Amino acid sequence: MTEFNPTILAFCCNWCSYAGADLAGVSRLQMPPNVHVVRVMCSASVKPEYIFKSLVQGIDGVLVLGCHIGDCHYLTGNHRTAKRVPIAQKLLDDVGVDSRRVKLDWVSAAEGEKFQQVITEFVDEIKGLGPNPMRGVRL
Amino acid sequence: MARIGVFICHCGHNIASAVDVEAVLAYAKTLPGVVFAGHNIYSCSQEGLSSIKSSIKEHQLDRVVVAACTPRTHEPLFRKACEQAGINKYLFEFVNIREHVSWIHAKEPVAATEKAKKLVAMGVAKAALLQPQTEGEAAVTPVAVVLGGGLAGLTAASSLAGQGIETHLIEKSERLGGLLRDVSVIGPEGELAKPLLDDMISRLTRSKHGHIHLKSTVKGISGFVGNFELTFVEGCDEKKIKAGAIIVATGANEFTPVGDYGFGSVPAVVTQLELERRLAKGDVAGDVVFIQCVGCRQPGREYCSRICCNVSLKNALRLLTLSPGSAVTIIHRDIMSSGTAAERVYKEASETGVRFVRYGLERPPKVSAEGDGAVVEVFDETLDETIELDAGLVVLATPLVSPPDSEETGKLLKVPRDKHGFFLEAHVKLRPNEFATDGVFVCGSARWPVSARECIYQGLAAAAKASIPIREGKVVSEAITAYADVDKCAACGNCVLTCPYDAIEIIQVKGKLAAKVNEAVCKGCGSCVAACPNDAMQQKGFTTQQLGAMIDALVKGALEGAQ
Ligand code: FES
Repeated sequence: MTEFNPTILAFCCNWCSYAGADLAGVSRLQMPPNVHVVRVMCSASVKPEYIFKSLVQGIDGVLVLGCHIGDCHYLTGNHRTAKRVPIAQKLLDDVGVDSRRVKLDWVSAAEGEKFQQVITEFVDEIKGLGPNPMRGVRL
Repeated sequence: MARIGVFICHCGHNIASAVDVEAVLAYAKTLPGVVFAGHNIYSCSQEGLSSIKSSIKEHQLDRVVVAACTPRTHEPLFRKACEQAGINKYLFEFVNIREHVSWIHAKEPVAATEKAKKLVAMGVAKAALLQPQTEGEAAVTPVAVVLGGGLAGLTAASSLAGQGIETHLIEKSERLGGLLRDVSVIGPEGELAKPLLDDMISRLTRSKHGHIHLKSTVKGISGFVGNFELTFVEGCDEKKIKAGAIIVATGANEFTPVGDYGFGSVPAVVTQLELERRLAKGDVAGDVVFIQCVGCRQPGREYCSRICCNVSLKNALRLLTLSPGSAVTIIHRDIMSSGTAAERVYKEASETGVRFVRYGLERPPKVSAEGDGAVVEVFDETLDETIELDAGLVVLATPLVSPPDSEETGKLLKVPRDKHGFFLEAHVKLRPNEFATDGVFVCGSARWPVSARECIYQGLAAAAKASIPIREGKVVSEAITAYADVDKCAACGNCVLTCPYDAIEIIQVKGKLAAKVNEAVCKGCGSCVAACPNDAMQQKGFTTQQLGAMIDALVKGALEGAQ
C-alpha cells in the first residue's frame, strides 16, 4: 500500500494567518505539501458548512487559522470563530465524524515559524488518523 | 460560460526551481472554462504584464488567474493590468505558488507541482464565478503619525510637517534624536551630529503642523489606511489621535555584550556608544583596541550590522588626532567599508598607522584586566601567530539589535518582523518602505541597521509614500462588502447580532422584512456570511458559491491525484 498522503484545506484570514503563511514562505521554512490555503478576509467568515462540505467530500482535514484573540482586524471577528468552530466540531462528533480532523488555531502575521509548526503537526495528526472514510464515497 | 485565462509565473528560478511550470500549464489548459494558458519568466515585469494584457485582448478573456507570488504584494499590479486591458479588476484571481508552494517545498518538486496544480484548479474554479464590482470611497484623515523620534523619524516628521500635513511625532523617551544623540561626529564624511539633529527638530517645532509627544507610549491602534485611530499615553494622560497614515521609525538599540570579552567585569572594556560619549568629552587617552563583529555574524545572530566597521574606522582616526602617537588597533573578521567616502577613510586609517589584525570566529581574541587597562590576546591570521596588545581601552563593536518593544509595536500594527525582530517591508525592491498593510510605512534601523545618511533617505521616502493617501484625500475601499439575498433572507437577525460594526439592519425590502447591509459601514469581514443559516448573506469576492467551488476543485484534484 502506498503511503497515505492526506489532502488538507486551510482557511487563513487575510490579515494574520495568510500573512504568516507568506512569512513562512519568505523565510523558506520547509513543511509537508499537504495543506492548501484558501484566503478569506477573516476567520469569522468561515461557515461551518465549508468544514462539513470538505469533510463529507473526503478532504482529510480542515484547518481554520485566524489572528490571535484581541488582534482580529475586524475587532471581535475571531471571538465568533472561537465559538463557531468548537460547535462545528461537536456536531461532527455527534454524527460520527472524528472532530480531530478539524483544528482551529491562531497564527499572526509575524509567526512564520508557528505556521510551519501548526502545518507540520496537523499533517502528522491527520496521517495518524488515516484517510477520511468519506473519501470517494458517492452520496 | 466564462473565458478564463491562466498565467503561470516562473518568478525566475523562485517558482520554477521547485514547480514544473510546464506541467502546471498543461494541466491548467484542461480545466473547465480555461480558454488560454500561458507562462512568464517574470509575470510582474513590463514584458509579463503586457503579454497578459495582449492575451486578454487576443483571446477575449473575461476572467484572469495568475499563479505567482502573494496577493498581499502583487495583486494591485495584476488587477491594474486587467483594468488596462478592459476587464473589471474584480474578475482577477491570484494563486500563490511561491510563498505557499515552491519556497516551502523546495526539495519536493513532484509534490510541489501536484499542489500547485490543485491550487490553480481552485483558483480557476473561483474565478469562473467572480463578478465585476464597483468600489466605495472613504475620506482620509489628513494627519500623519510617526512612531519614533530618532533621525529617521525626525526626517520623516519634519518632511511631512513641511509639506503642510498635520504630523504627530510620538517618542517614548524624554528626548529626540535617538542613538545619534550620543554621537558627536557622523562618519564617514564627518559632519557634526548635533547641528543636524537641531536643524531637524527646529524645522519640526517651527512648523505649525508639527506636534511632538515625548515620554509617550502607544497603547492601541485600530482602523485602516486613511482612518487609523491611535491611543497613547503621554506622561500620565491618555490621548487619542485619528490619522490617515502611520510611519514606523522605532529604530534599534546597541547590543549590550554582557559577559563577552570581559564586558561588565573589566572596566576598560566598553561599547562603541560609550566610546562616542567619551570622545565627545575628549576623555580618551592611551592605546585603544577595537574588536569588531562582537555578537554578530555568528550562529544565532547571523547578520552584519553594516555600520560598525565605518564607526570604528571613523573613531580610530579621531583617536589618533586626539592623542597622536598612541597605538590604535582594529581586530576584525572582514572590514566592510563600501562606498567612496568610507573606503577613503579605510585607506586613510591604514596609512595613518591604524593597525588591522584579522581574527577568525573559531579563535576569537581574549581580553583580561591589567591594571586600569587590559591585555588583548589574539591569533593574527595573517601572521599565523598569537600576539598580545596592551590597551587602555577595549572597544567592542556590537551590532544594532531590534529593541524589545518592537514586538509590541508589531502586534499593535499587525505587521511582520524577521527572526531578529527587525520589521519586514512589503517587498524588498518594489515596496521597500511600506508594509503589506496599506497606510503603514517603515524607515530607518527599525527595518535594518542603517547609517545616518540612509536614515535620512528612508525617512524622506517613507514621508513621500505616507503623503500619497493624505494628498489624494480619499481611499477606495475594496469591494468585498457583504450583501443580502432578499429572497432567501428570513429576517432572523443573526447577521445583525454578529456584525462587529452595526452595519446591518432588518428593514422592509421588496415588501418583506429582510437584512440590509450599509455598505459605507461594512468592512468586509464576512462574519455575517458565516452566521446566516439560510445562505442569504454573501460577501463580494468570497461568496459561498465561490468558496464551495474551491472546495470541490480541491476534492476533484485530490481524487485525480489518488488514481
Ligand atoms: S481578521 Fe484574522 S481572524 Fe479576523
